[in-house]
Amino acid sequence: MRKKVIFRGALLPYLLLVPQMAVTLVFFFWPAGMAVWQSTLRQDAFGLRTEFVAFENFTDLFRDERYLGAVLNTAFFSAAVAGLALGAALFLAVQADKKIRGAGLYKTLLIWPYAVAPALAAVLWLFLFHPSIGLIGRGFTALGITWDYRVNGGQAMAMVILAAAWKQVSYNFIFFLAGLQSIPTSVLEAAAIDGARPMRRFWTVIFPLLSPTAFFLLVVNLVYAFFDTFGVIHALTQGGPGNATETLIYKVYVDGVQNLNLGSSAAQSVVLMVIVIALTAIQFRFIERRVHY
Amino acid sequence: MGDYAVMQRRTLLAGAATLGLAAPALAQAPVEIQFWHGLAQPLGGLLEQRVTAFNASQPRFKVVPTYRGSYPETMVAAIAAFRANSAPHIVQMFEVGTGTMMAAGRAIKPVHELLAETGVQIDFNDYLPGVRGYYSLADGRMMSMPFNSSTAIVWYNKDAFRRAGLDPDRFPTTYQALAEVLAKLKAGGSDVPMSTAWPTWAHVENFSAIHDIPLATKGNGFGGLDTEMRINNPVMLRHMQNLVDWQKAGLFRYGGRTNVGEPAFPKGECAILTTSSGFRARVQREAQFSWGVAMLPYYEGTPRAPLNSIIGGASFWAMTKGPAAGGGRTPDEYRGVAEFFRYISQPEVDAQWHMDTGYVPVRRASYAIARDRGFYRENPGADVPIEQLLRGGGQLTENSRGIRLGGFVEIRTIMEEEMERAFQGQQTAEQVLVNSTTRANQVLRNFERANRG
Repeated sequence: MRKKVIFRGALLPYLLLVPQMAVTLVFFFWPAGMAVWQSTLRQDAFGLRTEFVAFENFTDLFRDERYLGAVLNTAFFSAAVAGLALGAALFLAVQADKKIRGAGLYKTLLIWPYAVAPALAAVLWLFLFHPSIGLIGRGFTALGITWDYRVNGGQAMAMVILAAAWKQVSYNFIFFLAGLQSIPTSVLEAAAIDGARPMRRFWTVIFPLLSPTAFFLLVVNLVYAFFDTFGVIHALTQGGPGNATETLIYKVYVDGVQNLNLGSSAAQSVVLMVIVIALTAIQFRFIERRVHY
Repeated sequence: MGDYAVMQRRTLLAGAATLGLAAPALAQAPVEIQFWHGLAQPLGGLLEQRVTAFNASQPRFKVVPTYRGSYPETMVAAIAAFRANSAPHIVQMFEVGTGTMMAAGRAIKPVHELLAETGVQIDFNDYLPGVRGYYSLADGRMMSMPFNSSTAIVWYNKDAFRRAGLDPDRFPTTYQALAEVLAKLKAGGSDVPMSTAWPTWAHVENFSAIHDIPLATKGNGFGGLDTEMRINNPVMLRHMQNLVDWQKAGLFRYGGRTNVGEPAFPKGECAILTTSSGFRARVQREAQFSWGVAMLPYYEGTPRAPLNSIIGGASFWAMTKGPAAGGGRTPDEYRGVAEFFRYISQPEVDAQWHMDTGYVPVRRASYAIARDRGFYRENPGADVPIEQLLRGGGQLTENSRGIRLGGFVEIRTIMEEEMERAFQGQQTAEQVLVNSTTRANQVLRNFERANRG
């Protein structure tokens, strides 16, 4: 016999929902609403004079070449970071999943970088790539390559991509490794008995079985590249040289915090909010359908 | 339940006791003045020493200094605090924030008003004209309290000069002569003959002042918010073209924004560096070679050049508490702010600050004190920045008085971005000036619109 619990009256369930609703309202809807409202205003830095401009901040934004540049930078940067971080992590996870001596140590070491704070990671990369004090930077110079990310946008972009991707490899590695370990050995053995070589086994058996993990990680990595790489860029290039490494999230900071242009900054935040809502929707909608289990 | 009641009673008793004790103490407690500054160590500690000395010098006021991060961070923190009705009484604001603060209306308490209301006297006539001009209205009334000021000068490696067969005691005074020196340094084994920190401050802002050419209309913005950029002029173009050419030829290396280009000099990587006079302490500590300082060069043949350079560094602004009417400050608090300003304005205090830090003395009297003490005999070249600020007889023109542009932080970034594009070979020197002008004018228009009325 199942016992049904039915609350009398409508009040109690709502009361029970209140704490969660309060948290959501205070920490999400309220600030998001403020951002939307602010995006329709023009204000001086001190908030003493306010003018309602409706969508002018947005129209200015989409007409601004620099903003379009930041969109392209972000697209390139995110694709490169996600690709590099996923590719490297998958490769390492496949290697770590093999029966090798000291696998535990190997795995632990690969997970370590995830515990390094982004800004700190960036400083470590700076110490490697700085043209005059960095080990790799000096190495390039010794090889006759003119290495100076302060006046070379391509090099600066390569550096922030590398630093940002490196940070994410550990996270991806853990998921891929777990994914690999959950693949039943019997399937692999069956494939081997059928005569499939390791490469073929990987692409026809392992990879499809890993695809839910991979898809999840793709979304997480894109979100990471979009929103969590501020520290890396801030510590390494500050968006420069020129605007070569200025991404959307970095531009929000520059315009809002440095340039004290809150209206435009809020408009940019709203655009980012729309992007993240879209990404989340895609994740929820398609992750269950399009991928094999 | 019983325990709870006991506890409650105890708490109440304790509370009452605290109140009873605190009440008489409060009556005598000094008025607290919150002071936010943006100087990291060791300069921040030296600044806080002055605050401690002020507090010890009188019982009525207690200035509480707090480090709020870099200058831009301090600026943002103060603005955010104002919006939340908890602004500090005094904030240290870097010189590029001056235009923004001037336009801040009731968020600030102009120094001339502060002194008039409190009856505190400070003799601003004794201040160096370049310092005074930067922080006053066009009619001369002081808006903020000058404190740590510096200017851009040349630092050069005398050993590198010797190796290149150049006279280490004669730094070229003109850019024409400098071009030859750079080529000789390169031939003499210097990989990077010249570099710079604060690229726009040294090579656009100070450059324009020294050559008496406008950076912007309306007297560089002193005359109103409806100002427009004027950096696209032949003299500026000539210099920008040279920098771009020198970068390409390996005679100059762009060292990055703000002061990130500085370490290259004490490490001996670049033979010549243009940066702040406040760099002195670090060079003294780190440089393993003999070095010298010199004034920024100029282009011979420019009428009226060389004039005085302009200052950088920061000044102290008195702020109201928040946007509410009346500003939320008591006369006592304003009095404390004014007394603190008077204290730091004393020539003795200012001279010591100058000698301890490498910032320039902001008063002639303090300059005389340092000279009388033999400071410049013991530290050759420490007077170069002051002499450079007084160059041209100390008669400021509209172009050498300073810069008063709203959104100047952003305008500086724009100029740096455009310069970086040119140094990468993505655009010409002329495009730097054209694009900077277009983009900076947009910032000026937005600022004008947000701050009118």
